Amino acid sequence: MSSPIVSITAPANPVEDFLRTDRMPHIWCPGCGIGTTVNCFTRALLESNTDLNKLSIVSGIGCTGRVAGYTNLDSFHTTHGRAIPFATGLKLASPDMTVVVYSGDGDLFAIGGNHLIHAARRNIDLKVICVNNLTYAMTGGQTGPATPLDVITATAPYGTYDPAFNLPYLVEAAGAVFVARWTTFHVKQLARSMAEMFKKKGFCFIEVVSPCPTLYQRRNKMGDGLDTMKFYKEMSKTKHGAPTNEVGLTKSGEIIVGKFVDRERPDFATMMNAHLQHELGDQYIQAEGPVCG
Amino acid sequence: MARGSVSIVVERCKACGFCVEFCPSKVLALSSAFNSKGYHPPHAVTPEKCSGCDLCGMYCPDFAIHGFRTDKPAAKSETEKEPDDAC
Amino acid sequence: MHADPVGVLTGAHFLDGDHAACEGAIAAGARFSAGYPITPSTEVVERFSHRAPKIGATFIQMEDELAASIAILGAVWGGVKAFTVTSGPGFSLMMEHIGYAAMTETPCVFIDVQRGGPSTGLPTLPAQADMMQVKWGSHGDYEIIALCPNSPQECFDLTIKAFNFSEQYRVPVFVMMDEVVGHMTEKVVIPRAEEIEVEPRRWTTQDKSSFQLFAPCGEEQTPEMAKAGDGYQVHVTGLTHDERGYPNMTPAVQDRMVRRLVSKIRDNAEKICLTEQHDIEGADVVVVSYGITSRVAQRAVETARAEGLKVGSLRLITAWPFPEHIIRAIAPKVKGIVVAELNLGQMVREVERCAGGQCRIAHVGHAGGTVHKPEQILKAIQEVAR
Repeated sequence: MSSPIVSITAPANPVEDFLRTDRMPHIWCPGCGIGTTVNCFTRALLESNTDLNKLSIVSGIGCTGRVAGYTNLDSFHTTHGRAIPFATGLKLASPDMTVVVYSGDGDLFAIGGNHLIHAARRNIDLKVICVNNLTYAMTGGQTGPATPLDVITATAPYGTYDPAFNLPYLVEAAGAVFVARWTTFHVKQLARSMAEMFKKKGFCFIEVVSPCPTLYQRRNKMGDGLDTMKFYKEMSKTKHGAPTNEVGLTKSGEIIVGKFVDRERPDFATMMNAHLQHELGDQYIQAEGPVCG
Repeated sequence: MARGSVSIVVERCKACGFCVEFCPSKVLALSSAFNSKGYHPPHAVTPEKCSGCDLCGMYCPDFAIHGFRTDKPAAKSETEKEPDDAC
Repeated sequence: MHADPVGVLTGAHFLDGDHAACEGAIAAGARFSAGYPITPSTEVVERFSHRAPKIGATFIQMEDELAASIAILGAVWGGVKAFTVTSGPGFSLMMEHIGYAAMTETPCVFIDVQRGGPSTGLPTLPAQADMMQVKWGSHGDYEIIALCPNSPQECFDLTIKAFNFSEQYRVPVFVMMDEVVGHMTEKVVIPRAEEIEVEPRRWTTQDKSSFQLFAPCGEEQTPEMAKAGDGYQVHVTGLTHDERGYPNMTPAVQDRMVRRLVSKIRDNAEKICLTEQHDIEGADVVVVSYGITSRVAQRAVETARAEGLKVGSLRLITAWPFPEHIIRAIAPKVKGIVVAELNLGQMVREVERCAGGQCRIAHVGHAGGTVHKPEQILKAIQEVAR
């Protein structure tokens, strides 16, 4: 027994610890990019040393809405569009919790658009990850608030003619303190951006442009998931600090990626505590988290 | 001598090809074999070139593959550590 | 357990129902509220926004009722007791989250100060026309609990009761006020904290590896709870789910899950049903009413009794689950039941269903905007007694 046993065995995939492995395989289609974003998310959690017992993930409805159900964290799959107000309640009731909102473009910007802009305005300390596949995928590929002009969708069989939201521009205008965009091709950059976001206080937003080969690319003869990833590689241009009004997406044009906004502004809880402390003095009792029973 | 290796969970694979395309050392190819869902999972065709960078693991949307370094102590098995621990 | 004295304003006060309900919520342990202004309920959260910073609570005014009604659910999973307040159109907007709260077994309280409808209707005037909406307004099969105070004192008392039921059964509970009760000012006595019984949350102490967030416990058939941050890695979804909380959209799991959501309330209905009964034994006619209408009905009943009629009264304090067993017991023994309510026929349908044709049912409806005249109810009593 004197000679050391040199047998190399594979260490576990770092993503495994973050998954509810008893729910695998997941429902996402071949070539869908949502799983790729989850890899980046887990690498970012590891890199930023986030306390996983003090982290909650909140999703709305849709393909990306299923992320909450696959992550082995305190996870909440809420109603369509309402991940942000749920997360707002959770964060205010549990101030030391890192609350991540992980949802799609349709969920966050159409049915949930009102909540998104108000949470950004208030600067609620939420980390919002928006997987933008440019369509309502779970329901079959209908036009969404981020669908570019002149693409075919299930509800625009002759092509879209209503303009899309430029997501970074909107959230910056609404008050977000951190705004970045990457595609699922940019895995390292995305993971780094997420790790940076976890350390930033206030309303943070990362858009991840992601393929939906089954319902978006197929209808528009744009190939499969891999073709879309190659398209991202070819057409993306990193411009940190780019003015967000210049980063709108088009059907086949350039994709500006990078960190667009990183600014300081006191978050909602900081403002609330400071103001009430100032106004009420010793009478102010700051809410300190879970208090029932 | 390979500095790294990949681990593949064949049954999770949906053959999107991301790992094959974006492997910087071109280690992988989709195999001709099927998994039980009918997809062709990847396999290492030039394993000696693997650096263990785990870019495949970062890309894989199905959590089916990951890369790891084989030239670092952290990647060695528990059994190897036993003699030291016993001291 | 007893109420936390920090929130309890012990003493005799002169309060309207909205303010009294707010004090009830605080006494019950509510430390979070999210709201959106809407007449005639806004005073509840106005008071809470005033009180919250001094009792370690948080109030946030949200962008709409959809947001308010789910922010409270997020807060509950963060570990606090939470409530929201609304009226009329706001209540309509909250329907989806009633279903979500029922589905996810999230204990919470909604206060609905009813006003005339439909649509914008009568913002400043009363009705009792949300009584079916509160039970059936969200899609799918589920059960809730609804309580109907008829005075500011009861707005205080029943709001505490509502929180207690919500914790006991992990179910959304509704305090169904109306504009008159909400804006009526009367004496409200708030007891000492140690005299107020408060139901604690059913926090689990089960092993982390085997705990199931939706596995029923005890005769309440209600699961224990863990909050975010407790290390249980809870998963909460509005999808049909198994006992672990994992989505499982099969007919078998749907059947098991929905039946339990329903049976935990229906099987315990007799414990949940609170009523006030007078002179029912030997009565020819029983007047059924609730909320503000019960105070008008009382005058009608007294007048009828003075005229020599044998009249009893049944006040529904719990409207849902409906006290079926009481109506079933009364119906075969009386000539008829008079149901008075500020709508054109809602709870009367339940009375008719439970009476099963065994006695006459007379409905005294009202489209809202004010309360009945006692004479309207008296006339119905006289006709049925004849």
